[in-house]
Formats: sequence, C-alpha cells, structure tokens
Amino acid sequence: MTTHAAPLERQAEQQVSRLPAWEQPNADIREEHDAYVLELEMPGVSKAGIEVTVEQNQLTIVGHRSDAAPQGEVVYQESRRADFRRTFELDPSINAAKIQAKMEQGILRLTLPKAESIKPRKIQVAD
Amino acid sequence: MNLIRYQEPELATWSPLNRLSSLREEMNRLLDGSLAGFSGSAGLFGGWNPTVDVFQDKDNVLIKAELPGMKKEDIDITFQEGTLTICGERKQESEVKEGEVYRSERFFGKFHRTVSMPTKVDAEKIKASYKDGILSVQLPKAAEAKAKQIDVSVS
Repeated sequence: MTTHAAPLERQAEQQVSRLPAWEQPNADIREEHDAYVLELEMPGVSKAGIEVTVEQNQLTIVGHRSDAAPQGEVVYQESRRADFRRTFELDPSINAAKIQAKMEQGILRLTLPKAESIKPRKIQVAD
Repeated sequence: MNLIRYQEPELATWSPLNRLSSLREEMNRLLDGSLAGFSGSAGLFGGWNPTVDVFQDKDNVLIKAELPGMKKEDIDITFQEGTLTICGERKQESEVKEGEVYRSERFFGKFHRTVSMPTKVDAEKIKASYKDGILSVQLPKAAEAKAKQIDVSVS
C-alpha cells in the first residue's frame, strides 16, 4: 500500500506547483473600417518582453514583466507579479501576415487588417 | 563532580510556534493572492482602482502603481502629512470615432488612491518615475525614522 501512495503524492504535488502563473491582461477590441484593433494592458512589460505569435487561427500574446521586485520587505502588495498571457481566435477574414504591433507605456496595440477580399468592393455597372 | 551543560528544550532550534506562524503567513498569502484578482482593479467598488504595491527597505519606502496607457501629465501625485495621494484621469484616445466595439475591459476615467506611510519620510526628496505603464515613487525615510545601530560596549 505504501509503495503506491508515494508516487501519486509526488505527482499531485507536481501538478499543484504547476498551477497557471499567468495573468490575463485586460483587452479592448474594436472594429474599424479596414482593420480590427486590439489593445492589451500589460503594465511592467517593455517592448522587448512581448511575444506575439499566430498559429493557424490562434493569436497568442505573451508579455514578460521586466520590472524586478524591489528590494525590501513588502508592506502591502496587490499585484500578482505574474507574466501576461492571452489567446484569441482569429476570424479567417484577418490577414495574419500583416498584423502590426505597437507597445507604449504598458499598452500593446495590435492592428489586424482585414483581408482584401472581405472589404466591400464596388462593382461598376457596365453600359 | 560532573558539570553537565543542561540545554533547555525551549531554547532548541526547532520552535513549534515558528512553524505555526509561518503556516498562518502562508494561508494569508494564499488568500491574498487569490482575492487580489477580484478586489485589485476589478472595479467592484465602482470605477477604476489601480493596483498598488508598497515596499520598504532600510532607506526608502517604494510605491508602485500599475497605470498603463497614461500620459505623465495626467498623473497627479501629492504628499501631505504622511499620506501619499495618487490621482489622475485616463483619457480615451480620440480615435474611437468610427467602428464597433466588441469588447471593452479596460477602464477609463478618474482614479484616486491614497497610501499611508509606514514611517516618517523626507518630503523634499520624493522622486517619481513612469515607465512601461508603472508609476514608481521613491520616498526616502527621514533620518530619525531609520533604524539606528546600537553598539554594545564591553568594559
């Protein structure tokens, strides 16, 4: 009996310690005339700490915090000090190759252009 | 006669009370961590409440506030009678004239947070910086508030 318990306990411990350590950044999504604009709040993340990847139709954004915990004792802490991660499903009408990203004061703005074929096209009537 | 050094059990290195208090600290940390997501900046109490951390070391009190997407001139910091007040307004960019909004999780508008200092600080030497959306305020401790090293003289 005891020989079965030990590996199970270790496995449970490993799973608990691997609890997700990500924080989900707040996002604003809006649609403009020819692109979607996605804004994510990631304070403490600089341009170098951003990873944006698109795989098939999934957009993944990871932000690594670059602010180190200050030395000294904690008097009061509200922040979770976790890195940021969020994924989005992209509509096929988005041209994934032309996504642009801009990072400023902790806000990442992604511009996702709509594919050309989706934009309304005016069709001339032939005489 | 044998001189036996008798060591009292309470002075032994393992103290059960230490273990209990560290357990309690762990529980506090667990609960604080999970609730921080709700009460931090979730705006449960109406409006925007930016996340604030307060640290102290032997020379300074350090405050960090998460204020992404602000302009330096829109942040107002004042210090009076041992209380630091951070307030300001986050204005929405004026580009949102056309288009549909699908999701709006970010807060805009005015915010206001006050932090009481744990010790006396030197108001003249307060420094603040804003980088990557985090406002850091450094408040040097007043000379009389720093712990003094007391020398033991042996005569």
